[in-house]
Amino acid sequence: MLDVDVRKRLGETALDIRFESAGGVTALFGRSGAGKTSTVQMIAGLMTPDAGRIALGGRILFDSAESTDIATPQRRVGVVFQEGRLFPHLSVRRNLLYAKAAGRNGRFGGRFGVVVGMLGLEALLERKPVTLSGGEQQRVAIGRALLSEPDILLMDEPLASLDAARKAEILPYIERLRDEAGLPVVYVSHQIDEVARLADRVVLLSDGSVAATGSVDEVFTRPELMPLTGRFQAGAVLGARVAEQDVAGAMSRLAIPGGSLWVPSVPLPVGSAIRVRIRARDVSVALEKPDRVSIRNILPGTVRSVTESDGPFRTVAIAIAGETGESRIAATVTANAVRDLELEPGVAVFALIKSVAMDRRSMALPPRDEIVT
Amino acid sequence: MLSEAETDALLLSLKVSFWSLLFALPVAIALGWVLARKEFRGKLLVNAFITLPLVLPPVVTGFVLLILFGNQGWIGSWLKAWFGIEIAFRWTGAAVAAGVMAFPLIVRPIRLSFEAVDVRLEQAAATLGAGRWRRFATIALPLAMPGVLAGAVLGFAKALGEFGATITLVSNIPGETQTLSLAVYALLQVPGKEGAVFRLTLIAIAISVLAVVASEILARRARRGLTVEEKTGNA
Repeated sequence: MLDVDVRKRLGETALDIRFESAGGVTALFGRSGAGKTSTVQMIAGLMTPDAGRIALGGRILFDSAESTDIATPQRRVGVVFQEGRLFPHLSVRRNLLYAKAAGRNGRFGGRFGVVVGMLGLEALLERKPVTLSGGEQQRVAIGRALLSEPDILLMDEPLASLDAARKAEILPYIERLRDEAGLPVVYVSHQIDEVARLADRVVLLSDGSVAATGSVDEVFTRPELMPLTGRFQAGAVLGARVAEQDVAGAMSRLAIPGGSLWVPSVPLPVGSAIRVRIRARDVSVALEKPDRVSIRNILPGTVRSVTESDGPFRTVAIAIAGETGESRIAATVTANAVRDLELEPGVAVFALIKSVAMDRRSMALPPRDEIVT
Repeated sequence: MLSEAETDALLLSLKVSFWSLLFALPVAIALGWVLARKEFRGKLLVNAFITLPLVLPPVVTGFVLLILFGNQGWIGSWLKAWFGIEIAFRWTGAAVAAGVMAFPLIVRPIRLSFEAVDVRLEQAAATLGAGRWRRFATIALPLAMPGVLAGAVLGFAKALGEFGATITLVSNIPGETQTLSLAVYALLQVPGKEGAVFRLTLIAIAISVLAVVASEILARRARRGLTVEEKTGNA
């Protein structure tokens, strides 16, 4: 659907970005300065690549070989900017209808009410942007972009300027958008929890080029990418199902391929699909199965690799294998621990994961198409 | 209360100011936007040229206008041939002089307020399908409106009081080119007319104050909703 292959020199850095997005939510992930925002601007036509080609659903938006450069208003690329960029002199209603006033009409044209309802904007319509909270402003910005009936929606760190509470308030709306609008989305972020929660695929950017692409589970579990994904953010993202509810203890058991996990109560029926992120720094490694220990999750596994990380830390990739398949998780431990326990590929270990470490933010409903399969 | 001649001078002044503003304002808006947003060769020169009427002796500006707009001048002969408009020694000439003299004062606040409009808002409008003109009309111009109003009022006040260039270009003909300031000047030449001078002076002051107050109110209305009202009280 979206096919990007562009080069651009920006001062010191040279961008060389190539990726495809077949639909669903594609995350552009990387540290600041990796070229995420520039990529979004080039797709939207707000920045001109030096060379390359951008195509969207068969339409050529930019092609330096044929001197094609469709102007931004004709690209049908919706953008949600980090700072909202609502028009300060217009009411929320007129912000939302701006694209319609500009002559666009189509998929969402007759669905003003649907979009307003989906984003919970009913009570805000007559207000001016300056009177809205940051989270409300971003919801309006999302609605405004949707109502321009774009062929794709680009979201450039839409939550970056919000505090944790506002993020928590707006994430469910973005999940609904993903599941209900049926629109391909490119989601820019440097927060793993957002990406794990929202995205199907990840394009990992580093120093102006694509370091890896793949499914969320795959990219964030690959140990050699952890210097790029960030040590403290690093971890595995696993597809799971609710297997059992312990009402008395307020705990839920999740079945993951090759084992199961006890986590704080998940308010979903048994059998529901869920996505769980296990941060590498929340995982400890033991050679023998400890008893009389508070940790609820003790998973037998095999070390697959030990990778250099920065400073005194090492990343240990562990395969948890069982009748129901295999899961890969990662553990961040010290170099001294690796030496003392003689950890190396093939060693049988137990991965210890505190249930307490997996809070609400570590879990998310997976994209709808993943539930179907 | 006012003599017929004084009323004539007042009405003429208002007419001259109105028409000079009507022509100068759209040009000033266009030029203000270009100067705020575009980089081009000779921008410095254009800037200097616009500022000229502010720094040249008004008599000199008036003389240059006389050369250009006189019946034999480049522009004057062309206007007469195509539109039948005469400039020299007519009230239209007073409007030209007033407009030219006021122009730098109109452009400057407009340019500054266009510079203050966030280009990123116009980018957002572009992603929503708005072309160049629509972005200008619905985003840049409304957001720059306080500056446009400020420029218009300054220009109106300047046009109302213009003296040097006007008297040079169109002389001081009662009923045709004798504006308020020219009438005051003429009355001052005659002994015993202090009462009339005083009345016209009061009128000039009243109009100027009214204009400034009106612009403040309009600008405040234009700004409303763009900023959060200051919260007073519970400190």
